[in-house]
Amino acid sequence: MDIGFLAQFVLSGVMLGVVYAMVAVGFTLYFGVLDVINFSHADVLTAGAFLSLATYLGLTAAGVQMPFAVLALMLVAGLAGMAALGMVIAKFFVLPLRHAPPFITLLMTLMLGTAMREAIRLFYPSGSNPQSFPKLLPKTAYHWGNLLVREDTLILIATGIAVIALVSIFINRTRLGLAIRAVAQDGETARIMGIHFEWIVLLVFALGSALAAIAGVMNGLYYNEVSFSTGLRLGIIGFCAAVVGGLGNMYGAILGGFLFALLQTVAVVAMPAFSAYKDVFAFTAIILLMVIKPTGLIGEATSERV
Amino acid sequence: MAAAMKPPGRIPAVLAIAAIGIFSALLLLLHDRWGPVIVVGVGAIMLVAALKTGAAARAERSFAAHEGAMNAMVVAVFLGVFVALGRENFSLLMLCTVLLYGIACLGLNIQLGYCGVMNFAGAAFFGAGSYTAAVLAANTALPHLLILAAGGIVAGVLGSVLLLPLLRTRGHYAALITVAFGVLFRSFLEVNDTLGGPQGLVVPGLNLFGWSFNDPITVGGFKLSFYFNYALLILLLASIAFVMARRLERSWIGMNLDAVRIDEVAASTFGLNVPYLKIMAFVIGNVFAGVAGAVFAMMTGFVSPNDFDFSTSLVLIAIIVLGGIGNPWGILPAAALVIILPEKLQAIQEYRFLLYSLAVVAILLFRPDGLFPRRLRRYFPDRAS
Repeated sequence: MDIGFLAQFVLSGVMLGVVYAMVAVGFTLYFGVLDVINFSHADVLTAGAFLSLATYLGLTAAGVQMPFAVLALMLVAGLAGMAALGMVIAKFFVLPLRHAPPFITLLMTLMLGTAMREAIRLFYPSGSNPQSFPKLLPKTAYHWGNLLVREDTLILIATGIAVIALVSIFINRTRLGLAIRAVAQDGETARIMGIHFEWIVLLVFALGSALAAIAGVMNGLYYNEVSFSTGLRLGIIGFCAAVVGGLGNMYGAILGGFLFALLQTVAVVAMPAFSAYKDVFAFTAIILLMVIKPTGLIGEATSERV
Repeated sequence: MAAAMKPPGRIPAVLAIAAIGIFSALLLLLHDRWGPVIVVGVGAIMLVAALKTGAAARAERSFAAHEGAMNAMVVAVFLGVFVALGRENFSLLMLCTVLLYGIACLGLNIQLGYCGVMNFAGAAFFGAGSYTAAVLAANTALPHLLILAAGGIVAGVLGSVLLLPLLRTRGHYAALITVAFGVLFRSFLEVNDTLGGPQGLVVPGLNLFGWSFNDPITVGGFKLSFYFNYALLILLLASIAFVMARRLERSWIGMNLDAVRIDEVAASTFGLNVPYLKIMAFVIGNVFAGVAGAVFAMMTGFVSPNDFDFSTSLVLIAIIVLGGIGNPWGILPAAALVIILPEKLQAIQEYRFLLYSLAVVAILLFRPDGLFPRRLRRYFPDRAS
């Protein structure tokens, strides 16, 4: 196979991987502090993309012309809106069920996500059809043999990696990050040490939801399209990535995200005739991986407490 | 507690069943725009009143005390409603769908409610049964009764593929396995051309021992809808499934399943074979879903991937949670609510997924045991508890 083709697949695989990893990091953050799966994360992503889109439409209608200012405002609106939404979800839907069995929380967030998805489909103007997302990034393309690189792809990949790196620095190097890690390790002890448990949980949900909003906008800018079910698909993949990586471990989530993208890409490269089966292949591989490593690749080291 | 020692009479349960029967029949018979709305409004007020005043609890106690007679009465009420709807194709189809979803949910209830095994791929196993029936009925001359059994067997075998991953993982990791499988199954159906791809397959109607189910039956010059045939068969199947689920629950196996659900580690220290019990619950549950799916395919005459996506799995779980996790009696009213209401209230049909999800969210927040919570096991059924 031509090296240019291969590079092309690597590039698109990395692009997918960045988005998956950002979604997966959200899942793993929530799991870290509360030991819950917040499946509404997937639809927070959709909501973020739609809120940004609405901001764009509003600004265009108001006659604002500068693309970068518009993009910045879209991101601010999406981020702030979703951070607030994440806190509402945590405060009113997840924290009240803290002592319920894990299945109940999972079901609650699944249904909450469904409600949000349906609300977008029904109440956004013609929301059941895919909406076109504005092309705000430069689309200049460069050719090297068979490799075609668009500027927007590079910008998106760089942004994604920078965001993930920032979150990692925040968690690992700041005092608030230390508090988050303390709550993740042992909520009770963290409380005794004077950490406000609920605030930290709300902060983590705001952070994760903001990440989802960025992922949603990035996905929209890349494909120039969002639909009410965008998040569901990304969310299921992000959930798989987080679990395969090992829940509660941020690096596991990133690894899982890139692994899933790799599996999909390999399926397309290795079996071009069966490229329609790439999701089937990827999910099968995920299930097989779970057999080999039942608690994820970078799994929780502790055994179950009885 | 002298009052509690007195065995409850039959009257509350009889009244409750009759009320639910009349309510459903009215709902299905009214076709104008506002009739169903009024019926639903009155029904909702009555339900809330019954839950608040304790009448629902009384009816439930009396139901539990006279289980056999009351189950027979439920079947009789169903037959009565079938006859009342004799010529109405659509209403009978909906009742059949309620019963089939009920069978699938009885299966999922064995997994989730008794054994605590999460299954977010219920629709996949339902679909496995449907597609098996579609392929076998169109391409082979197998007797149709065997095809229905084959639907269950294929679903069970397909589920067995997941046994190893399910037994190796726990909690959220196990939930992931079934979520991934459900998505994978639907994605496979959509891209596989031999199974019809996104367009799906046409399924021939059921024919048992020369009795063609797609011909309307005539009783004394009165022509009944051909769905009447299916309704009778499905009621029979649902009764069998219900009796099996109840027998399982009341047996030692059921008690062991309860132990596994409540505390796996404790169960295994008491010598229970936890993997064996989980496998049993998972396979039996999937077989139920598969048989229901096979009948569903032959009844509707058509299968397509859209019928078996992730949101259908969620609807199945929503039915179980609404009815009360682990309570087999809760399933039928919950399935009826989830399936019939949106069809009859055209104003809300478009909003049905939104309403299901909000209903489940509200139930989890305010009434976490479901509308009809599962009762404690009674060790001496012949003695008043």
